[in-house]
Amino acid sequence: MNKSKGMRTETLFKIFIVVALIGLAISILIPVAWVFLASIKENKEFYSNPWALPEGFYFQNFIEAFQEAQMGSYLLNSVIVTALALVFLLVVALPAAYVLSRFKFTGSRFLNSFVKAGLFINVSYIAVPIFLMLLGWDSGIRTLLDEGLFLNNRVVLALIYASTALPFTIFLLSSYFETLPSDFEEAAGIDGAGYFRTMFSVMLPMAAPSITIVILFNFLLFWNEYILALTLMPGDHKTLPVGLLNLLAAERAAVNYGPMYAGMVIVMLPTLILYIIVQKRLTQGMTVGGVKG
Amino acid sequence: MSKKMSRNIFITVCISPAIILFTLFMVVPTFEVFRMSLYNWGGLSNTKEFVGLDNFKILWNDMNFIQSFQNSILLIVLVAIITLVLAVFFAAILTKEKIVGTNFFRIVFYIPNILSIVVIAGIFSAVYDPKSGLLNSVFDVLSIDGLKQMWLGNHDIVIYSVAGALVWQAIGYYMVMYMSSMASIPASYYEAASLEGAGKLKQFTSITLPLIWNNIRTTLTFYIISTINLSFLLVKAMTGGGPDGSTEVFLSYMYAQAYGNSTYGYGMAIGVVVFTFSFVLAAIVSRITKRDVLEY
Repeated sequence: MNKSKGMRTETLFKIFIVVALIGLAISILIPVAWVFLASIKENKEFYSNPWALPEGFYFQNFIEAFQEAQMGSYLLNSVIVTALALVFLLVVALPAAYVLSRFKFTGSRFLNSFVKAGLFINVSYIAVPIFLMLLGWDSGIRTLLDEGLFLNNRVVLALIYASTALPFTIFLLSSYFETLPSDFEEAAGIDGAGYFRTMFSVMLPMAAPSITIVILFNFLLFWNEYILALTLMPGDHKTLPVGLLNLLAAERAAVNYGPMYAGMVIVMLPTLILYIIVQKRLTQGMTVGGVKG
Repeated sequence: MSKKMSRNIFITVCISPAIILFTLFMVVPTFEVFRMSLYNWGGLSNTKEFVGLDNFKILWNDMNFIQSFQNSILLIVLVAIITLVLAVFFAAILTKEKIVGTNFFRIVFYIPNILSIVVIAGIFSAVYDPKSGLLNSVFDVLSIDGLKQMWLGNHDIVIYSVAGALVWQAIGYYMVMYMSSMASIPASYYEAASLEGAGKLKQFTSITLPLIWNNIRTTLTFYIISTINLSFLLVKAMTGGGPDGSTEVFLSYMYAQAYGNSTYGYGMAIGVVVFTFSFVLAAIVSRITKRDVLEY
């Protein structure tokens, strides 16, 4: 008797967790799928049943988003800023992380804590002071050049993105470099390689797995960032999320849903594709490791 | 060139760019936040005048700030508790129970974390839309009109709508964190417990929970800091603080004062208060959740 009762609660529990899992999965997948479907609907379809599937593939939404809402040029800006920021970040962070984690010198402990303290600084707090700083530099340079240089500049924005990502990236790379044995450096030193050669041809290649993680993580960060882009780029060179922000605001004023959903798809599609690829690679990596034992 | 000299050159070349950029674009602006909070600066005049702690005195009586304070506290508490419970629950299921498609659920639950907060704002504007929104049309189909709401238009519920979006966004991230610490608990503990006749709930409360407690404590700090930040980013994109300031949060009010209103000094004073508050709160929470660390 007792046993069958145990079995029953077991079954009930099983049903409960399956329902919970499917419920959460649906609550995530349906809204995302809804955005994709809505992006190819014609405007009049938004006034009929919201659950109806699109009547056809109404590509006009994307054309409108790309041309009238300038999402095309914003896409280009986002690509430029994200790519530049990743390059800046790796060029600056890799040598710094390597030296900070593997060299003892006067002040090395202080510099380590100094950079680590940056983990607590949030971009949202310092967006306005950075804006004022660039504004000040611009008004200084205007007396010489007749025009501003630092605000509305994609290269400067990329540099600032890279700077704000430094603490986390150096923290992550340092903790990897710390795990490597010092044999490699000693061997390279005996072979006559200098410090720079040792770093570039021995140590940095070994950090490839960590570098991949750094690139993936910061790509998402830079691609999705909007508060710095909004604050520092009041002019034409807006990035995608800021462009989408304008589309959201415009949709609230004049009801034109299609291009707004198209804009959302343009912003999230690259991250979703990347995520799906990475997931596959992660699972493959796990099986390879398993075979090796 | 001596060996020592070339070593020093190498070290300097490698770390200088990072230290300079970090100092210029993070440390200096942070100090600026604190310094500017002591000035009356902004508006149209653009003159700086040292006023000491005057900005903070004004802040004390600013009803809009008080409201943003209340909203932020409510969001932090709600989001932290609901996310914590759900994330631990789903992490425990996905690590302990033998379910088909564990990998699929893990991948799906993490999706919101890779989306831009602007996209999330757009998604939830669509979900909460009073006429054609997902939520109200679900209630329509189920014909329970009583639950239909102006999710983003009603003063009394809009803050809960914002909390819902924040929880939706956060579950996957924290779940993955808890999963990794649960995975490192040896299976033999659970085997021994189940031989002793301990049920699933008992196993969870006396094995899983104590052993991941330190991880939970760390994430409590994350909840505080990230809710303050993300609520700002979400509210700014989704509701703009409205209707009538009922979704105004800490940093959205700061941003509105500093950037929208150009009263930089006052805005930065808000920043200082929020910054200090978040650290004090994190310290208190970390203090009262301190338990003896269990080793395994």
